[in-house]
Parts: sequence; structure tokens; C-alpha cells
Amino acid sequence: MAGRLEGKVAFITGAARSQGRSHALRLAEEGADIIAVDIAAPVESIGMYPPATEDDLAETVRQVEALDRRIIATKADVRDPAALKSAVDDGVAQLGKLDIVLANAGVFEIFPALELADSAWQEMIDINLTGVWNTCKATLPHLIENGGGAMVLTSSTAGLKGTPNTIHYTAAKHGVVGIMRTLANEFAANSIRVNTVHPTGVDTVMIQNEKTRGLFLGGAENPTREQAAEAFEATNALPVPWVEARDISNAILFLVSDEARYITGVTLPVDAGYTVK
Amino acid sequence: MALTSNHEGKVALITGAARGQGRSHAVRLAEEGADIIAVDLCAQIGSVAYPMATPDDLAQTAKEVEALDRRIVTRQADVRDMAALQAAVDEGIAELGAVDIVLANAGIAPQLTSDPDPDHEQAFRDVVEVNLFGVRNTVHAAVPSMIDKGQGGAIVLTSSTQGLTGRGGDGSGGMDGYAAAKHGVVGLMRTYANWLAEHKIRVNTVHPTGVQTPMIENDEMTAYMEANPGISAALENLMPVESVEAVDISNAIAWLVSDHARFVTGVTLPVDAGFTVK
Repeated sequence: MAGRLEGKVAFITGAARSQGRSHALRLAEEGADIIAVDIAAPVESIGMYPPATEDDLAETVRQVEALDRRIIATKADVRDPAALKSAVDDGVAQLGKLDIVLANAGVFEIFPALELADSAWQEMIDINLTGVWNTCKATLPHLIENGGGAMVLTSSTAGLKGTPNTIHYTAAKHGVVGIMRTLANEFAANSIRVNTVHPTGVDTVMIQNEKTRGLFLGGAENPTREQAAEAFEATNALPVPWVEARDISNAILFLVSDEARYITGVTLPVDAGYTVK
Repeated sequence: MALTSNHEGKVALITGAARGQGRSHAVRLAEEGADIIAVDLCAQIGSVAYPMATPDDLAQTAKEVEALDRRIVTRQADVRDMAALQAAVDEGIAELGAVDIVLANAGIAPQLTSDPDPDHEQAFRDVVEVNLFGVRNTVHAAVPSMIDKGQGGAIVLTSSTQGLTGRGGDGSGGMDGYAAAKHGVVGLMRTYANWLAEHKIRVNTVHPTGVQTPMIENDEMTAYMEANPGISAALENLMPVESVEAVDISNAIAWLVSDHARFVTGVTLPVDAGFTVK
């Protein structure tokens, strides 16, 4: 084990699968212990891909433990500040402290702006924006107590650029940048660094579903992965359709490591050139 | 042990490699296995108030890279002189092989002088020639060999916090030119990122705040800051550090050029202790 995060403890939301699980494993490979939460249940306005399950969260636990690291996993909703606080406090009590926070939990849906139900708007803002703040609020006291730390908030290329049919998602992901910039200023004196990552499409169920493929293909029916790849690739500068969860994990690993000890307040795209194109 | 993945067998072209950040980058990439083509002017430019690098400095970089059992080709060349720069790069390629990594690091800071009557126009021209035109020359000198090799690659252009903000502006030719050139480097990066994406060559900028090197740690700079407390205050970082170390910039660059950042291109990456977010 390389152990570049040996002795560190990381809190990760949305850790049951996909990017969240990948981050948990990447940080555990480097020696970190993990406090993991996930809603592990359906969300009402999200219908285009299946929700994470308790089995998914259990699988993250199994894989982290297979790396000989400790993990405290709790089923908790980022919309519930009390549940989050309890999960964080309990994890810190068991693992001793907190150094790293990854606000990764998020959902994605596609609606033409004028067809978006008020309830779907509200649910997206509650999870992807307020949920990030709830995560920060539950963890900042522990980072202060720790004498410093690093937070990475997962935004999106949709946090830097507008795309049709994603008004609620795009608004929330832009808002995450505002949270990052404010906290970077407010807690610099506590040696807490705060940055965002901005993935392009990541090869997970969030994009590998019929509705998202259809969005990129202009409404084609039953689009295949191969057809979708071509359409996705056209949106990136580099000749790749999407990136792997591990690419986001590698960027986050750099940001939370001592090699980035003076990097704070930064929006870091990992997007195959989507935003520069 | 370094965080980033290995650069064994890679060749990196680094300008301004005699000392300061350039030497630090050369050593950092050599530690991970890269061979180095190191270019530096090793001479003074008239409008620059602090002493610039010397041939002895460049020789010291070579010594430190060779101590890591890596190969290095050093050449004295001016990034403003495309013919000289191309010859230096071609000689490096002849000895070490095609370039995989380009670090356009060479730069000057002719602003912030205690001279009461500097030649503003000359300072502006000098800094734009070196810090902007020199970056263009560096990329164009190396890219054909990268495209021919067909293995992709990574380019990092060294901009500055002055490439993202204008804080501390004082109307001097040197400062005007420095900020304009460093902003211009972002423009080059963005157009190159689009140009070179199909060849899987990634292009990014780094934006350091003040770094502990001879460019800012010199008597002229100290005297200027003491005489201009308002500008000195405007140049303070958000994190409670006066400046960062060259290795902090090298670490960011080592990550950007590694496979860990294989899909990162077109990005402006501040390494600035929160200067720009302040």
C-alpha cells in the first residue's frame, strides 16, 4: 500500500456505488478510513435510472474492508441534517477524527424547463444543493476541531456551463460553486481547503440510461451504448465519450493530498475538454 | 514516494530550467523517470531589475537531474528566438527522443522596480515577448514531434494569479505587460487545447501565487513592496502564507502531466493559497 493518506479519515456521501464507491476505494487504497453515507433508497422525481440500494452500500463496505481499512457506513439522506450529523458524529467517535469531506451525493434528471414540476425542482435543489450544504455543516466542526482538512464538493460541467433540459440540475450545480467559494474564504483561517470537481459524463448508471442517451441523441428511441458513445464524444474536446469514476477519484485524491496543500477555492474540471470546447 | 504516476521513458521539454520553478519541475519529473530537455536564456534582459539565471545555474540543474540517474540535454536559448529555440529542441530530441511533455515555464517580471523613471514601453515589450510570444514559440517548437510520435502528450503553460486577476496593478509598463501576457497565456492554452485534442495532447495552465524563487525574493522587490504598502496588501494570499514553494507548483504539474489526469484538458489550475478566490 502506498499509504499517502495513512491515518486520515474521510467522510463520503453517496458512497453506495459509482463515483462515491470509487472515491471510498481510492482513498482507502491510500490508507484512509471511511465514514460512508447513502440514501440507499428511491427518490421520487428521479425515474430514469435505478436508485442505490442497501446491498450497494454493503458492497462498498465489503470492498473497503477488503483493503484492510475501517469503514462506518450509515443509511442517511443528505436532506436530513439531523441524520447526517448523527452519522458523522458517530463515525468520528469510532474512527477518532475527520480530515477529508467529499460531498458527492447527487441525482440527475432530464425535463424541458417548462415541463418541470415544482416538486421536481424543489427535490433537486434539496438534494444537490442543500444536501451539499448540510454535508458541510455537519462536518465543518470536526475539521475545525482537527486543526484543518480538505473538502471536495462534486459539481459538474453543468456547474460551469448551461445545457438545455437540465434547469434544476444546472442551477444546483452552479450553486455548489458558490458554497465552495464562500467556505474557502470563511474557513481558510482554520486551514480548511475547499475545492470543486466538475466531471463530464462519467460511465455510471446516471448517464447510461435510455433517457440520458436519448437527450444526447436528440430523442432517438432505444439508443444503444455504442450510438450514445458517438454523441457523447462529440461534446468533449478529447476523443473519448465519457470518463471513468476512477478519473474523478484520482483528481480528488490529488486535491485532498498534501501535494495540493496550497490549492483552495479552485473549480477543477475533469471533463475531457467539455468546458473548453 | 510521489503521488503521481510514473514518467519512466518520457521526455520533457522545460524552458526557464536553470533555476527557480523550472529547476524544481526538472527534478520533480526526473524523480519519476523522465529525461529532460532544459532550455534557459542564462543572460540578463535590460528591463529586468533582478539578476537573471546564469550558465552555472543551468549546469546545477543538469547536475541535480543526473544525480537521479536521468539524462538531460541543456541548451542556452532565448524563447523569443524561434530559430534558436527550435535548434535547441531538435538537438534535445535527437539525443533523447520525441517530446511527451512540454512545460512552458520561462518568464520574467520586469515590474515592481524601485527605479523612479523606468522605460515603461520597453518593459511592456520585453515581458510580452518573453512571457507570451515565448510560450507560443515553445509549444510550436515541440508539438510537431509530439504529433509525429502519435502517443499523445501533455503541455502545461505557466500563467500566474496575474493571468486571472489584475490585483496590485500599478500602471507600470512591466506590470501591465505581465498581467496582459499571463492572461494571454490562458488564451493560448484554450486554443491549443482545442487544436491538439484530436492528437490526445492535453493542454492546461497553472496559476501560481508568489513562489519562493529569485524572481520575487530579491532586493528590488523588497524595496518596491516597502514603498507601496497598498499594492503589497493587495497581493496577500487568502491562506496564511506569504508565498508557496516551487515544489508546490511542480507537484501540481506532475499531476497534470500524469495518467491520473488523463482526461484533464483546457483547465486553469490555480496553486495560489486562495489568492484568486479571495
